Amino acid sequence: MARSIIDKLWDDHLVADLGEGTSLLYIDRVFLHERTGSVALKELAAANRRVRNPEQVFCTMDHIVDTLPGRSDSTRMPGGTSFITQTREAAHAAGITLFDIGSSDQGIVHVVSPEQGIALPGVTLVCPDSHTCTLGGIGALAWGIGSTEAEHALATKTLAVRKPRSMRIDFQGRLAAGVTAKDMILALIGAHSASGGVGYAIEFAGEAVRALPVEARLTLCNMGVEFGAWTVIIAPDQAVFDYVRGRPYAPRDQVLEQAIAYWRTLPSDPGAVFDREITLDCSTLAPQVTWGTSPQHETGIDGTVPDPAGEPDTNRRQAMERALAYMALQPGTRLDQVPIQAAFIGSCTNSRLSDLRAAAAILEGRRVASGVRAICVPGSTQVKLAAEREGLDRVFRAAGFEWRESGCSMCFYAGGESFGFEERVVSSTNRNFENRQGPRTRTHLASPVTVAASAIAGRLADARALAR
Amino acid sequence: MEKFTRITAVAAPLLRINVDTDAIIPSREMKTVGKTGLAAGLFAGWRYQAPGSRDENPDFVLNREPYRQARILLAGANFGCGSSREHAVWALQEWGMRSIIAPSFGAIFAGNCVRNGILPVVLDNALIEDLARQVEADPASRLLTVDLVDCTVTAPDGRRHAFAIAAADREMLLEGLDGIALTMKRDDEILAFQGHDRLRRPWIYL
Ligand code: SF4
Repeated sequence: MARSIIDKLWDDHLVADLGEGTSLLYIDRVFLHERTGSVALKELAAANRRVRNPEQVFCTMDHIVDTLPGRSDSTRMPGGTSFITQTREAAHAAGITLFDIGSSDQGIVHVVSPEQGIALPGVTLVCPDSHTCTLGGIGALAWGIGSTEAEHALATKTLAVRKPRSMRIDFQGRLAAGVTAKDMILALIGAHSASGGVGYAIEFAGEAVRALPVEARLTLCNMGVEFGAWTVIIAPDQAVFDYVRGRPYAPRDQVLEQAIAYWRTLPSDPGAVFDREITLDCSTLAPQVTWGTSPQHETGIDGTVPDPAGEPDTNRRQAMERALAYMALQPGTRLDQVPIQAAFIGSCTNSRLSDLRAAAAILEGRRVASGVRAICVPGSTQVKLAAEREGLDRVFRAAGFEWRESGCSMCFYAGGESFGFEERVVSSTNRNFENRQGPRTRTHLASPVTVAASAIAGRLADARALAR
Repeated sequence: MEKFTRITAVAAPLLRINVDTDAIIPSREMKTVGKTGLAAGLFAGWRYQAPGSRDENPDFVLNREPYRQARILLAGANFGCGSSREHAVWALQEWGMRSIIAPSFGAIFAGNCVRNGILPVVLDNALIEDLARQVEADPASRLLTVDLVDCTVTAPDGRRHAFAIAAADREMLLEGLDGIALTMKRDDEILAFQGHDRLRRPWIYL
């Protein structure tokens, strides 16, 4: 029978059939971070249980650690130090690999994971973090779990999982210049809602996906969870094999060739059947930007803030009304006329070298508008070092951006740094939820080039006008 | 883990769609490495007047009687979407919530509920709105019953509505099972898988 990539990876990791559609799946890798991984390690130790294969378990410091230069274990987040020190102690006690503060391999978990070759095509990888689906971009079956499930994966190398329904999304056509993977995923969520993928494992396919470089595929998959998907995946191809080659934890030589031969068998068979198939035309897509407090509250940069009165569904209408009140926006306002006070480039969505290059290309020789606070936080220390070797840090700084150490930083508010009360931020992150970036902070999600163009304009702006 | 069989309790309606786990427990309320001390931060952004304050917002449903006694939450679609933080479930549990009824859930959140003795029930949105209307007429006496033994929700008007739940999830809740101990019984199968897999996919074994 013709199988999808998800079927194949499911079958290849099946330890036991638990009945009623539930499988005990083998978990190849577990990644942890100091915010949720710390609890899992601590509870596991308290229950006198051991990490079964510590050599397959990795941990990074990204969520709570400060990103200001000269950082240490002390944090702006009240009580943050205890997360860092307890994670370090627990990681050492468990014998797992830790990418600690000060290490040149430290960074945001979902940036570090493919960068180090820990996430590989065809592996199962879990992390107590919802954006683990990012790694679908290189063909890993990777999904976010809670801390209790993380304990289960650590102790047993397995998870009991009910197989989700399957969906394939065909992203058709070619993107116009200045339009990115971020715009594709925002458009998808806008068209099919933030719960459009609930209950599904989704394959992203189609011409527009195949044309994306590997880092952009990671961006596309990153927001699969914002679509409600259990996880998302893109079939690995030559671009991915080239990306993997030479990474620290990736196979080499003969074993790499053996792995690639296996990876080539993973794409969905012709005729594989999905429970649902949808298409999205990417050829006419404009840069997208959110106006509300859910990623589904989005439209093209050339669009206007919609009027809730036109929404027939009561729940959706009420959510829109709440969102517009929170965002202090009026229906009918042109998005490219909305002034901003801050701009943020970072997060596991859009902080890789290609993102920084694209933003720097817009910023070169230009200045951030007065009154706009602009910050760039590279996704990993490796990204930061590579960017500095190319001189990108100088471009960002010259334009008026702060240049930070790697971490999650202001992608979310943990009680430490924020952009401020009712400040309006254009952000390359993935969540525009109420209070996500700080108490009453107003977030507009967009691609890094849109953030860069907006920072210069002092209002939400169309990057296509500044492209050179 | 606390078992779940059947409860009859006050139900609180919070019929907003896409309620995310950042809203259920804001990051700033997760102050220590642990599962406890989280109830005070539950829905903090909506429950209190200002960030960080503990001055209650009287309009928020859980600040009103008799909803302070609610053990069941009537929720909107995609409840618990967003961040994987299990703290959202620990906060609900510590506050006293035992069951959440919604048209759909964030997947990680629903899994976390089951592992912490909270029953996520999926019902049709129109039905949930009807339950909310019935409850709101007199919340102190118009109670809901959620029964995991026969998988039904009984409305104040006496009507019973069946719901579906995965057999493994139902068993885990009914028995209060520890998933790790269950899986450990399959140690032989895990070892056998590894032995065979090591030859097939050597690059996995660092
Ligand atoms: S960058 Fe943001 S979304 Fe990504 S892992 Fe960190 S906090 Fe989560």
